[in-house]
Amino acid sequence: MTSEQILQYIFSGITVGSIYALVAIGYNIIYNTTGIINLAQGEFVMLGGMIAFSLSQIMSLVPAVVLAVLITGAVGSLIEIVIIRRMKKSSVLGMIVVTIGISIIIREIALFIWDEQIRALRFFTGNEISSIDIFGARISPQVLWIVGVTALIVIALYLFFRFTLTGQAMRACSSNTRAAKLCGIRTSQMVNLSFMLAAGIGALGGCLVSPLTQTHYAMGSELAIKGFIVAILGGLGNPMAAVAAGLLLGLIESFSISFLPMVYKDVISILILLVILVLKPSGLFGSRQTSSLKDF
Amino acid sequence: MANDVILKVQNLDKSFGGLHAVDNVTFEVPQGFIKAVIGPNGAGKTTLFNMIAGTFAPDSGLVTLKDKVLTGLRPYQVAELGVFRTFQNLKLSSHMSVLDNVLLGRHTAGTAGFISGMLSLKKSRIEESDAREKVLEILEWLNITEIMNKEVGNLSFGKQRSVELARLLAADPEVLLLDEPAAGLNMHETDEMASLIVKIRDQGRTVLLVEHDMSLVMDISDEIVVLNFGQKIADGTAASVQNNREVIKIYLGGEDD
Amino acid sequence: MKLKRYYPIVLLAGVLVLIQLLTLITGTAYYLTQLTMAAYYVVVAVGLSMVMGYAGQISLGQAGFFAIGGYTTAVLTTIDLTKQINRPFFAFLDNIGLLVHKVTLYGDAIVHLTPWISFILALILAGIIAYAIGVPVLRLKGHYLGMATMGFGIIIYRIVLGTHIFGEADGISNVPAFPILPGITIGGDFSIRVINYYAAWFFVILAMVLLLNLINSRTGRALRSLHSGEDAADAMGVNTAQYKVKVFVIGAVFAAAAGVFITHYNGGIGPSESSVTKSVRYVAIVAVGGMANLWGVLIMGLVLNFLSLRGLFGVYDDAVFGIILVVIMMFFPDGLFQPSSLNRIKRILRGK
Repeated sequence: MTSEQILQYIFSGITVGSIYALVAIGYNIIYNTTGIINLAQGEFVMLGGMIAFSLSQIMSLVPAVVLAVLITGAVGSLIEIVIIRRMKKSSVLGMIVVTIGISIIIREIALFIWDEQIRALRFFTGNEISSIDIFGARISPQVLWIVGVTALIVIALYLFFRFTLTGQAMRACSSNTRAAKLCGIRTSQMVNLSFMLAAGIGALGGCLVSPLTQTHYAMGSELAIKGFIVAILGGLGNPMAAVAAGLLLGLIESFSISFLPMVYKDVISILILLVILVLKPSGLFGSRQTSSLKDF
Repeated sequence: MANDVILKVQNLDKSFGGLHAVDNVTFEVPQGFIKAVIGPNGAGKTTLFNMIAGTFAPDSGLVTLKDKVLTGLRPYQVAELGVFRTFQNLKLSSHMSVLDNVLLGRHTAGTAGFISGMLSLKKSRIEESDAREKVLEILEWLNITEIMNKEVGNLSFGKQRSVELARLLAADPEVLLLDEPAAGLNMHETDEMASLIVKIRDQGRTVLLVEHDMSLVMDISDEIVVLNFGQKIADGTAASVQNNREVIKIYLGGEDD
Repeated sequence: MKLKRYYPIVLLAGVLVLIQLLTLITGTAYYLTQLTMAAYYVVVAVGLSMVMGYAGQISLGQAGFFAIGGYTTAVLTTIDLTKQINRPFFAFLDNIGLLVHKVTLYGDAIVHLTPWISFILALILAGIIAYAIGVPVLRLKGHYLGMATMGFGIIIYRIVLGTHIFGEADGISNVPAFPILPGITIGGDFSIRVINYYAAWFFVILAMVLLLNLINSRTGRALRSLHSGEDAADAMGVNTAQYKVKVFVIGAVFAAAAGVFITHYNGGIGPSESSVTKSVRYVAIVAVGGMANLWGVLIMGLVLNFLSLRGLFGVYDDAVFGIILVVIMMFFPDGLFQPSSLNRIKRILRGK
């Protein structure tokens, strides 16, 4: 492999990995506040791309993306209010099954609205053939957008959870719901906010990646699984670790193409999942003891 | 009458992170005795219990049943050797009937497996009817035959306790580990439980129990072990323990439930 | 032996005969095709009910085992052995009657392995794989277990989708019929439609008998006690780890067997049979039937699969199952046939 090829693989891996990371961050945010793993997470990415696409037909790119993120955030909030809220005393299986059901419904609605055609959002800068030369590798400017915005999101989230009142309130909810309530934190609001946030972030990711990987009504399920794998890989509940894990998985998948037929690319990530689950379910960066206390 | 020792706990030790839950505890339980483990909350009683029952392994130390080593065995293996336990917060299958719950107690008495069960082979059927017979006897003995077909989840706590005890007896245990058998019971029910435990012991079984209710403990225990902060403070007859200065200090020194 | 538990089976048999006669009278014999296929899917569902409902384990990859069954038999019975027939091993097989000589529609003479062998091998393979996966994975709980089993299903899907010997996206077709007994052949020919209908439902009845026996036996009771948590079962001497794996294997073997028969009935199999969507459907059927309610699962499996196969849900087939999942888990988590759910339905109908 030439160094250009290696660079190419690296950039491709980082691109895909960033999206995985964003999905995983969404998982972690919801998991942290509610203990639920929302398997409909991938659909938010799809919705973001689709809605932005439709909106961009009647308005310019930036408002289209912003609106798409807001609308998808609203969808996330709606899901929480209408469905999740009613499932207080559900078993783990019940929650898994419900979120799978939700993802199916969203997918079918998307099929109805946008049918099976592949849609793609306009490139943020340049077009399909523009490319930037970095050390011999040719990459699309969109890649820089993806990596850049993802980094911004991660930093913003870090600051939000660390330094803002709302962010800290959300963290309080996750460690001890009852204590949080006693402090006057409206936990139901925090739960709703977490869904909104996760949906919005997913949607933004969907917009970012749409020009390159295109958006298709059925893309959500694969992303949901990959995102889950990344969330577990980094350690469930740890958004920062999710970023590292996402990039790692992206890179692994990217390089795997060089020695495996494309069709088996997904098999690798799932094998990684199975190995991690069996050997160290707390993930690469999680602690064994705390994860064994987690009630799954 | 000198009874042989049936259960031996030697230098049992367990720490959780910085907490030394059980600190080098040693004691013996003679066959046919009722032995109680008491101590203030956090003294390490439940941890000790769990280690004997196999729920987790000690950091060091040995638990032996007659000449067999219990330490390191999984809970189901401990049960197969005739040592059965109850749980403080009752672990019954709430969606199953009383009969089915108690029949589970007969599990170790049978050997019919999946194939035998699915094909309803003779061995399986014979074992089933034998088990049923035994269980009906026990239900009668405990006076809960009327609720036989009720779903356990719908029963009162007191009745559920009886079901759990029935399940335990169905297993024909040599050694019973009772985890706070009087928890949640009123005075009358506690008295009944006490006489029940004595009757069970009189059937030739050995009982080791963890309990907070002092009246029950003093009433029926042949011997008592006192733990505090994971260490054994006293070990002897009820009378000797009651007069033990250390024990009195613990219980009157403000450290109570 | 409590004969009481078998009464519903007699009832079922009666209903089945009734249905068949009805289709005869009304000239709608073509319904039998979907009813036959629905039967095989019901077998998968009741097997899953054992795993999920009774033993309380989550399996989101049951379609994977179904596909293992179907693809194994498809591959083994569509390999033409004409050229190998002279080799000692195959000549031996031929001598003991394990090879089938056929002339295809196009007049070619081919030789293939008898489906009985591929059937047995498929079950063994499914059992081995279920065991291999079950041992490490069933130690997990909740979401981890669910996703691990889903991951397994996806791996199977990707393998059959991407490997040449499995026909990739087109799957395998031209799978021969399966003559299981003299006079009873599992195949798609219209002339044997009625026989196949009864054969399929006999298979269901067999599965039900086995499972009903199991539930009321010593091992079945131990399994059921797993549902509310393993501590009690452990304390009563049940080797919970082993039991979880065993019931998982049973569910897998049921699914694989169903996969074998459907493949011979349809004359082929495709990668969609191993998809997550299919696995989710099985879960939906078990959930709406009541998790630990074999008869409920049977009824819902029959109804939903029949309607789906008849195309009633049209292009929104998946959506229907998705909605069912959500509605059931939200409002009727015990399934439709439990008293709590029936009461709820009554109240809703009365206008609450």
